[in-house]
Amino acid sequence: MSESVHVSRQFDEDLGVLRTHVLEMGGLVEAQVSAAIEAYASGEIITVKDIVEGDHRVNKFEKVIDDETIHVVARRQPTASDLRLVMGVNKIVTDLERIGDEAKKIAKGARRVHEQGMLNVPRATDVRHVAEEAVAMLRQALDSFARLDVALADAVIHADAKVDAEFKAIVRQLITYMMEDPRTISTAIDIVWIGRSIERIGDHAKNIAEHVIYIAEGRDIRHTGKEA
Amino acid sequence: MQTASAPALKAEARNFNFFYGDVQALKNINMPIHDKKVTALIGPSGCGKSTYLRSFNRMHDLYPGNRYEGEIRFYPDNTNLLAPGVDPIEVRMRVGMVFQKPNPFPKSVFENVAYGLRVRGEKNRRALDDKVEAALKGAAIWDEVKDRLQDLATNLSGGQQQRLCIARALATDPELLLFDEPTSALDPIATGAIEELVHELKQRVTILIVTHNMQQAARVSDYTAYMYLGEMIEFGKTDDIFIKPQDKRTEDYITGRMG
Ligand SMILES: Nc1ncnc2c1ncn2[C@@H]1O[C@H](COP(=O)(O)OP(=O)(O)OP(=O)(O)O)[C@@H](O)[C@H]1O
Ligand SMILES: [Mg+2]
Repeated sequence: MSESVHVSRQFDEDLGVLRTHVLEMGGLVEAQVSAAIEAYASGEIITVKDIVEGDHRVNKFEKVIDDETIHVVARRQPTASDLRLVMGVNKIVTDLERIGDEAKKIAKGARRVHEQGMLNVPRATDVRHVAEEAVAMLRQALDSFARLDVALADAVIHADAKVDAEFKAIVRQLITYMMEDPRTISTAIDIVWIGRSIERIGDHAKNIAEHVIYIAEGRDIRHTGKEA
Repeated sequence: MQTASAPALKAEARNFNFFYGDVQALKNINMPIHDKKVTALIGPSGCGKSTYLRSFNRMHDLYPGNRYEGEIRFYPDNTNLLAPGVDPIEVRMRVGMVFQKPNPFPKSVFENVAYGLRVRGEKNRRALDDKVEAALKGAAIWDEVKDRLQDLATNLSGGQQQRLCIARALATDPELLLFDEPTSALDPIATGAIEELVHELKQRVTILIVTHNMQQAARVSDYTAYMYLGEMIEFGKTDDIFIKPQDKRTEDYITGRMG
């Protein structure tokens, strides 16, 4: 991205606002995910209601940023790195909104699990570990956007394979428990869904990192089959 | 998907320099002009776009002290348009020009278009009628003027005058058409009509267009060249230039940044 400023200061301001709002939305989404994981891990399901309500704020953010991008396109006809930024932001916001949805699902799943009493399912804490990795991916993806840091974005893309693999391992284990003790089935299935949401969060973080690389370098590395 | 074969060339600048007296206005330009494509020239005021464009039809010959160096190759016959033995009048038949401000002669619509044909020695009235009609149709203005061919061309609207000038340029069947900011004096509708016309014309003629309007370059051209201080900084497919330019100076210019 060019270091120089636009002749039109208003244009610089528009793009600055866009960037700031993406980061604010990202921060909110990250907090939503962390809170959902915390509810699951600690059993403090009193926060679930807040998380579900917080998702409305995420959705509102998406609409605001969509409006802003369309405004910039209509008024400024952005080109080159400006164009890539606007298009990239448009996609990043979609991924962030989806992550918000997953956070909500995790929170609701946590409530069900704890109402049933999750402690009788071994390995349930593994979920927390993979969740932390997914949250780290999200945080790094947002950092890579803030600094247009391609190396960091690359690291996020590579981290996704690990999250995917851990999710699969958790599912395998849970299936074994369900077979051994059918009383765990209902809770185990909820935990699988939570794991599935976490895995999806990793995928969206990876998408964000791919958009960052597109914004920074104009390379479209999606679907290039480079993942493990 | 199509295999990427190199598109044919209509012309090509090779180590091309141009001097207004002692002042060098163009510096070692190397650039292909692809056949039956639209190539846009962009760059800040004074960078040499018009100077470059005018070299293709030897307009600079009209002033003493101007000097070319290097070559502008013209294909398929591979002549150097700048070679001393090449007749500028002949070049101007093959390379037409349309200017920023419509400049019809203060004569009838018909005579404006017939002029170049008469210069070429066409005297047959039938042939003149046919060719004038074909050129006016080619310039998408026939329907508007067919009942007023004897009216003064200067009475037409600006947009009509510009299309008349395009018809005038088309009448001699040029192979390359040069446009120097052809729509800067026109409203958006007339501009749209010219852009549409450019799009149709490239079926049969190669086009080189100078524009200050980035969006226009993006809309009408297949290739774009960015010039700065008499140099060709970057040349590429228009999509590449507008999505991912390679040179920071190009990037700064098309995104409206100060260098
Ligand atoms: N007849 C002339 N004699 C001497 N110098 C000239 C002449 N015409 C142009 N120049 C100089 O040559 C340089 C290139 O001018 P040119 O008109 O080609 O620029 P341009 O890119 O077409 O600019 P614009 O976008 O303003 O039309 C400028 O520095 C200009 O001052
Ligand atoms: Mg000019």
